[in-house]
Amino acid sequence: MKPDALLFPAPKGLYCQHGDFYIDPVQPVERALITHGHSDHARAGHGHVLATRETLDIMRLRYGDDFCGASEVARFGETISIGGVRVRFHPAGHVLGSAQISVEADGTRIVVSGDYKRRPDPTCPSFEPVACDVFITEATFGLPVFHHPDDKGEIARLLQSLRQFPERAHVVGAYALGKAQRLIALIRQQGYDEPIHIHGALARLCEYYRSQGIDLGDIRPATLGPENRQDLAGAIVLGPPAAFAERWARRFADPLAIFASGWMLIRQRAKQRGVELPLVISDHCDWAELTATIREIAPAEVWVTHGREEALVRWCQLQGIPARPLHLVGYDDEGE
Amino acid sequence: MRAFAELLDRLVLTPQRNAKIRLLVDYFRGAPDPSRGYALAAIAGTLSLNTVKPALIRDLLLERMDDVLFHYSYDYVGDLAETVSLAWEPPPDVAPQDIPLGEVVERLQRAGRSEVRSLVRDFLDRLDTSGRFALLKLATGGLRIGVSARLAKQALAQMGGKEVSEIETLWHGLEPPYLPLFLWLTGEAEMPVLKRPAVFHSVMLATAVGEGDLEGLDPADFAAEWKWDGIRVQIANVGGARRLYSRSGDEISSAFPEIIEAADITGVIDGELLVGGTMRSNRATGTFADLQQRLNRKTVSRKLMEEYPAFIRAYDILYSGDRDIRPEPFHVRREALSALIEAASPQHFDLSPLVGFSSWKELDELRSNPPDPVIEGVMLKRLDSPYVAGRAKGPWFKWKRAPFNIDAVLMYAQRGHGKRSSYYSDFTFGVWAEGEDGMSLVPVGKAYFGFTDAELEVLDRFVRDNTVERFGPVRAVRAEPDSGFVVEVAFEGLNRSTRHKSGVAMRFPRIARLRPDKLPRDADRLETLQAMIATQR
Repeated sequence: MKPDALLFPAPKGLYCQHGDFYIDPVQPVERALITHGHSDHARAGHGHVLATRETLDIMRLRYGDDFCGASEVARFGETISIGGVRVRFHPAGHVLGSAQISVEADGTRIVVSGDYKRRPDPTCPSFEPVACDVFITEATFGLPVFHHPDDKGEIARLLQSLRQFPERAHVVGAYALGKAQRLIALIRQQGYDEPIHIHGALARLCEYYRSQGIDLGDIRPATLGPENRQDLAGAIVLGPPAAFAERWARRFADPLAIFASGWMLIRQRAKQRGVELPLVISDHCDWAELTATIREIAPAEVWVTHGREEALVRWCQLQGIPARPLHLVGYDDEGE
Repeated sequence: MRAFAELLDRLVLTPQRNAKIRLLVDYFRGAPDPSRGYALAAIAGTLSLNTVKPALIRDLLLERMDDVLFHYSYDYVGDLAETVSLAWEPPPDVAPQDIPLGEVVERLQRAGRSEVRSLVRDFLDRLDTSGRFALLKLATGGLRIGVSARLAKQALAQMGGKEVSEIETLWHGLEPPYLPLFLWLTGEAEMPVLKRPAVFHSVMLATAVGEGDLEGLDPADFAAEWKWDGIRVQIANVGGARRLYSRSGDEISSAFPEIIEAADITGVIDGELLVGGTMRSNRATGTFADLQQRLNRKTVSRKLMEEYPAFIRAYDILYSGDRDIRPEPFHVRREALSALIEAASPQHFDLSPLVGFSSWKELDELRSNPPDPVIEGVMLKRLDSPYVAGRAKGPWFKWKRAPFNIDAVLMYAQRGHGKRSSYYSDFTFGVWAEGEDGMSLVPVGKAYFGFTDAELEVLDRFVRDNTVERFGPVRAVRAEPDSGFVVEVAFEGLNRSTRHKSGVAMRFPRIARLRPDKLPRDADRLETLQAMIATQR
């Protein structure tokens, strides 16, 4: 079967006609396969959802018990047949529960990688390369300028700043699912065992990660109500990225604005957001990792989804690998 | 290089002055010589390097990279040095290294034209991303990190527990990498003795007259002078070397060659740099806007010198010949100054005239209605005061004329930085102007201080509750005749401006008061401002 007969972009998302299912659809559909729990990939209101147990748990936490009509757990490595199409989930290393989805029929295999990364992440299993005819890759950081530095060095800069500015609350913006927990785990790996204070918006997901056996150390709410205000000078406070622009940040001692994101590599990005200490910590591949992954998997063809498709397509062409952009709409290539 | 690169990265993003100083102090304490001295020079703008053209660093990257990918990258990042530092991929067998800044600078200084290319390539291969960025910014000569030489000197003073005036006094006698300076600051050596005589001396500063400050003081103990609206300078002709310095000790000689040439005096004089004609030439003194045509230039054209001739209105003297007369009382110094100026070029020097007065009330009236539009108030100097560097309260006062005030309407707000990053604290305000479609608001200025913390809460709440449009970080707020927020804006002066739609530009605008009692329709009109410009002249 030709690959683009097996899987093709439709208005509601990537569609498999033979199995009559969508992968990460952006609108409610009858049958959806979900790669991971970020809200632009995992939406509420589908008839039937197939995803990893963790992704289903996360969707339930975010959207409530009735987030879909019926749900089915996909185990890594297990083959599920949907209308004659063989589907398998493999770890993507992006956030807890994140998966690549392999779709196979008549000897043609396409791997939809979803969002993925190659660096070790203490909060989720590592990306597993799967041989395939077509590899569908994201391109969030698909430009040769993105070379994310070593995570340890970034955490060291945060800890250095705590020593240098002990009178200031270090308010770190991090996305609620994945980034926040990974950041806490990385900080703990560097031997920092003081309490870490979190914004209410992170509480449920941190609690969920802990229930899955991921040790985040001493986590406390950053906000205890007006009778119990604390200025948290010299402490680490984690909140969603927009939090330091909100009134919420005012209660802290001379807050030092920090943002943990792959985008923080670009100085102007940090400046625009008023970030004083950018931490380049990404849950996506950087350029070197994207290109190394494509080399390693060596697919016959590469399809590129959200992000900077044109540069990655150009690179593939220079390597003699047929490649094209998929032009899927509705994915947030900025949220990182 | 790693520590220096990290310092640059932090300084660029750190808005608070004190936080910048702490970053600098920590760096100067931790970094070895001569690296820290070169870092100081790079920040203070005293480092001379054979600069590398941007085209060269682009070529170096294109030796290894597809040009289409380069263009995608450069378009995205927008800064060449940053693009190259990020996209550079060292060969796999080269491990990143921390090359000391001192080595980088000295090798770049020694390199001949033909060697620069391979030297830069080699450094790019061995440095990490931040290090590459710092290298390229150094080599292309555009550091731009929001730190002035003055702030760097303050950090040095704090590092060594010294007065910043001591650093300023030494500054021009020292050169990168400033080894004797750091030895002194770390307590390992005595204060360096300069080979060349110290030419810049820290200036004596006045304090503003506050409520009740003059009560109990006898007017007879003071001399008064007009406070001219120029810039404070020090001109020195010592040991055959003529130099002109700004009040913070930055040398600005090359921008004012006519003054250097005319400085046929020996000694060190303190005065106001102005343009236009001296008292002795009977031509009017130019405004600050005129003077600005001559400021912040490395060199100056003949045309500009003719259009805006510069001169010094002298008001004090530190050295007469080679004699330090700072310990003498003001009236004695003034006599020496007067004699010196009498003999100096009449087009380039005059003596700041004294203002006669017998009571504070009389002086108050003179201050409020000065005889020349370029006067911004009066200076009061105790007749018996010696010349002492720094800002001690008592010997010298400045008594400015009252600021201008208008009522304006808030139009746009932007979030502040650092401590204020959760507040809308930078405000653009406007006044009413007659247009084709009737009255509308035109922006006339921006202010981000003047209000109290409690007032900021009020303003911030207004902005959040009355946003009508967003443009990136900027919010447009409701501003209609019957709905909006009026603020009283105080400012020191007005200039005509072709860059602003309104045609006027304010000097030092700040929000003096909130006027929740007023409606936007009650705010001032553009004609009021235009009339103010007219009366200033």
